[in-house]
Parts: sequence; C-alpha cells; structure tokens
Amino acid sequence: MKKLIPQLVLGIESSCDETGIALYHQQDGLLAHALYTQAAMHSEYGGVVPELASRDHVRRALPLIRQTLDQADRQLADLDAIAYTRGPGLAGALLVGTSVACALGYALDIPVLGIHHLEGHLLSPLLADPAPALPFVALLVSGGHTQLMRVDGVGQYTLLGETLDDAAGEAFDKSAKLLGLGYPGGPELAKLAEHGDAARFKLPRPMLHSGDLDFSFSGLKTAVLTLTKQHEMTDSTRADIAAAAQAAIVDVLVGKAQAALKQTGLKQLVIAGGVGANRLLRSQLDAAAVRKGVRVFYPALEFCTDNGAMIAFAGAMRLRQQAPQDGYAFAIKPRWDLQQIG
Amino acid sequence: MRLLALETSTEYCSVALWQDGALTSRCELVGQKHSELLMPMLDSVLREAGVKLGELDGIAFGSGPGSFTGVRIACGVTQGLALGAGLPVVGICTLLALAEAAGQDKVIAALDARMGEIYHAAYAKRDDAWLTVVEPNLCKAEDAPMVTGEGWHGSGSGFAAHENALAVRYAGQLASSDGTAIPQAAAIARLAAPLLVAGAGMDAALAAPFYLRDKVALTTAERLARGATA
Ligand SMILES: Nc1ncnc2c1ncn2[C@@H]1O[C@H](COP(=O)(O)OP(=O)(O)OP(=O)(O)O)[C@@H](O)[C@H]1O
Repeated sequence: MKKLIPQLVLGIESSCDETGIALYHQQDGLLAHALYTQAAMHSEYGGVVPELASRDHVRRALPLIRQTLDQADRQLADLDAIAYTRGPGLAGALLVGTSVACALGYALDIPVLGIHHLEGHLLSPLLADPAPALPFVALLVSGGHTQLMRVDGVGQYTLLGETLDDAAGEAFDKSAKLLGLGYPGGPELAKLAEHGDAARFKLPRPMLHSGDLDFSFSGLKTAVLTLTKQHEMTDSTRADIAAAAQAAIVDVLVGKAQAALKQTGLKQLVIAGGVGANRLLRSQLDAAAVRKGVRVFYPALEFCTDNGAMIAFAGAMRLRQQAPQDGYAFAIKPRWDLQQIG
Repeated sequence: MRLLALETSTEYCSVALWQDGALTSRCELVGQKHSELLMPMLDSVLREAGVKLGELDGIAFGSGPGSFTGVRIACGVTQGLALGAGLPVVGICTLLALAEAAGQDKVIAALDARMGEIYHAAYAKRDDAWLTVVEPNLCKAEDAPMVTGEGWHGSGSGFAAHENALAVRYAGQLASSDGTAIPQAAAIARLAAPLLVAGAGMDAALAAPFYLRDKVALTTAERLARGATA
C-alpha cells in the first residue's frame, strides 16, 4: 500500500560539480545527507570541465546513496519517493543523477519527481531552525545566478530582479582569477581580502542606484583588471584589490536586498547560494537588518552550495501538494527558467 | 537464466531480454532522445514477456566506446535498476558487440569517434568464443593497428566514415564490410549471458563506462606549457 503523501524522500543532485544525496522524512526532517565535491579535480583545469564532471558523478552516485541510507539506518525498501535535479545545469551531469533516480524509482516501484535546482536553493533556508515563515524575500547568489525573489509558497516565486550579465559568484571568481588565485575563487578572494585595506582603491558600485532591483557585475572585473595593470602586484596590493572587489560586490548585494525588502514591505530576507557563505556579506546584511528591523536567515553553510538535502526537501514539499512525474521516462532541462515552474 | 540488456551508445536505442537463449529485443533510431525512450522501451519489453525486474538474474549494458552521454545513460539506468532490484551487472564493449552481431569469425570493429579518429578493435572466433586480436584502441583510420591474414570483415560506423582509409589500410585483407552495423542490445545480451552464468556479474556501483578517449581537457599547467595565457 502506498501512502497518500510519500514520507521518506531520497534526493539526488548532480547538476554541476558536486554529487549530493540526502534523505528527508516528512515528519522527522533531514535524516542524512552526503556530498562529494569535485572542486579539487576541476581546480587543475581552472574551472569546471563538464565531461569530467559527468564522469565523476557516475562513480559517486551509488556509493553515496548507500552511505546516506546507512547513516540514516534505512533500507532502499523504506523509500517512498525519489527527487532529482532536472535542471538547470550541465546536461551530461544532470543526466547521471536523473538516469539513476528514474531507474531506481522504477525498480523500487516508487514515484519520482524532477526538481528545479534553484527551487532547491530557494527553499533550503526552510531546513534551518529557526526557519523563516512565508512569505519572504530571497537573495539567490551563486556561481551562475544572482536573483532577488519573492517567495509566497512552494512554487510561488516572483522574480524581483536579477543580474543583467555576470553572477555575483562569477564576479568573485573572475576577480580572483585576475589576482592569480585558484578556483573556486570566491572563498580565496575573501580570505585574501581579510588582510587588505578596502579603502585604498575605490571600485564602482554598478547599478546600486538604478532604481530597480537588477544587478550588473561585468564592469567590476574590468575595473579590477585595470587596477592589476596600473599597480605593481605586491602581496599587500593584491590584498587591497581583493578587499575593494569584495566590498563593491557586497555593497551592491546588500543595497539591492534592502531595496527589495522596502519594495515588497516584507520583513524577512533569506540568503541562498554559495556566495551566501561570504562573511562580509553576512555581517553587513545583519547590521542593515538591525537598523531596519528585519530578520535575515541563512542556510547552514553546508547547504549554501549545491547539495542533495535541498533537493530531497524541495521534493518532499512538492509531493505534499502535487503528483509526481508520470512514469519513468526522463528529459532533463539544462536551461530552465524558475518562473516557468509554478 | 534471464537478463536484460541496454544499449544507447549510438543514435539508436535498444533493449533485449534474454531468457535461456530466447531473445526478444527492440531497437529504434532515436537521435538524442534516449533518455525519453529507454525506460518506456525496457518496460514494454519486460511487460510483453510478462517478466518482472526482480525475476531477472542480471543487467547488461553497452559500456562503450561510443557517445559519452549515451553510454552514461545506459550505465546510469543500469546502476539504478540493479541497485533497486539487487542484481549483478555486466558491461560489454560495444566493439565486441559489433563482432558478435556480424555473423563472421574474423571481425575488425570500428566506430566513428569523431575528431578524425575511430574506436577500433579486432576479434577472432575460436571454439565459439571471441579472442581479442587487437585490444580496443583510439586511432586515426590510416594508422589503425595491423592484423594478419585475409578474410576479415569490417563492421561499424568507422567503415562508413573512413571507408577509403580503412580499405587502403587493410588492402587485400578485408573480404567484406558493413558501415551501417551498430552495436545492439541483442548482441550485448548474448555476450553477457555466459558471463553472468560464470558469476562474473559485478555490484551495481561498479557499472562503469568504457570511454577509451580519456584526454578530454587540458589542465591549466598543460595550457601554459603550450604557450597560452591562464
Ligand atoms: N566565502 C565566499 N565568498 C564569496 N564567494 C563565495 C564564497 N564561498 C563560495 N563562493 C562563491 O559561490 C559560488 C558557488 O556557489 P554555488 O555552489 O551555490 O553555485 P554554483 O553551483 O556554481 O552555481 P549555480 O547554483 O548558480 O548553478 C562560486 O562562485 C564561489 O566562488
């Protein structure tokens, strides 16, 4: 007998360079999760090599599924549904998690459901304790995305603004590269910036006062490039440029997030995506929140970047209110607008 | 002994069910739609035979060489099915599958590997078993490893894409060739059956693609060594 709402959901994420697996239970919450990150492998190449990412997912998926089940002391037979990342992301990488998920669902005769990767990120703060109440404003800042969203419920997302060119994470990564730092550059740049003087160089705050909620970060890397050419790259100068770049990106993110709260009249701000790990961003958001009487929620650091928990969770939330996919045929969506999912 | 075989390494998608020597199979030209068609296809093959996944003794798949993404679809589906149903898996080389399906005893198998290269191997049948004469390799058609003797049959898309180069390379040695031959699940099933009987099936997590082309990108250090900028 199948229960009406699937209780125990296996989540599978493989959209980019991390294989994430998790088990979420409707009543008991997150039971276990495991992550394998390929960052070390790709760093030798200076960025993610899609074909190598796909090859690694094939090696990791099953061992991680078993590890997650073991951690939670559950059997495959206990699973009630499988949620997997259907897109957006790298096609080859998405196909690995998707094919394993759909075939496993078929073999176990349980429903499967494809999840939008960004929905996973958007909802991941709800996994935390305390969790924000709906509705809230979400600032999604990752390697591929920079968006402000109004979230009224699962599947009820209104885009308030987004980047017109580079994502915030990309701005961190590209600036880091210009400073000769490794990949992924965001955390490295943040570390270098700790020793720098953010006031020595003044970088532009693109679109900070544009009056809308959109972003533009591509000019920043040009400004950073110019600085690296104008000055001798001593250790302290590099640190000062890093600090200036970080300050510029963070200022814009904080300014726009506040503007979004003002425009919507909402009092809760949720941060999602890898850049949400940035300490300066967190401290400036917190300081601004105190001034304006709003609350800021961050997902646990481990759930800021790609992970399986957010996919298991988003799957569990969706299965409370909608039917799973019809059958086990699969079609990934490497490009997929969050606005389209509803 | 029952086994299910999957093959998605070319623009065809095929599924075969082996039941003690009796084969039912399906093969369709699907382009790049393997992901949408493989599951329904295997489901209907099983249904029509009235066989449940749990009644199988193993899953076999065409492990490559071939389209990277295609091979990973068969591999991922094999992993998922085998994990869920607790079955052993067998990966079969697509070049050997070409030999098996050729109906000849001496086969040079060649698949178009793009970028001016072919996936290549040569096999000879002795006492109903295949001997590997030339190990699977990636090469330019004009540099394909030599074989000895005459009466060879050429099989696979490599003989269409590089017809002339291979004809020159094996002048006097090729008795026939078929550039339209494709690796199919039926041949995979025939090759996998004795392996499963012999207990050579592996754990689901060990199902792995056989790419042959392993250098797919240059590291930063390699690019710098070639004089590019980081
Ligand atoms: N402490 C930090 N400071 C600044 N940036 C950071 C920090 N930690 C991570 N990042 C950045 O976060 C990004 C990675 O985030 P995430 O994993 O969410 O995104 P992604 O998977 O690359 O992209 P997407 O989810 O949009 O497809 C990278 O650009 C990385 O440099």
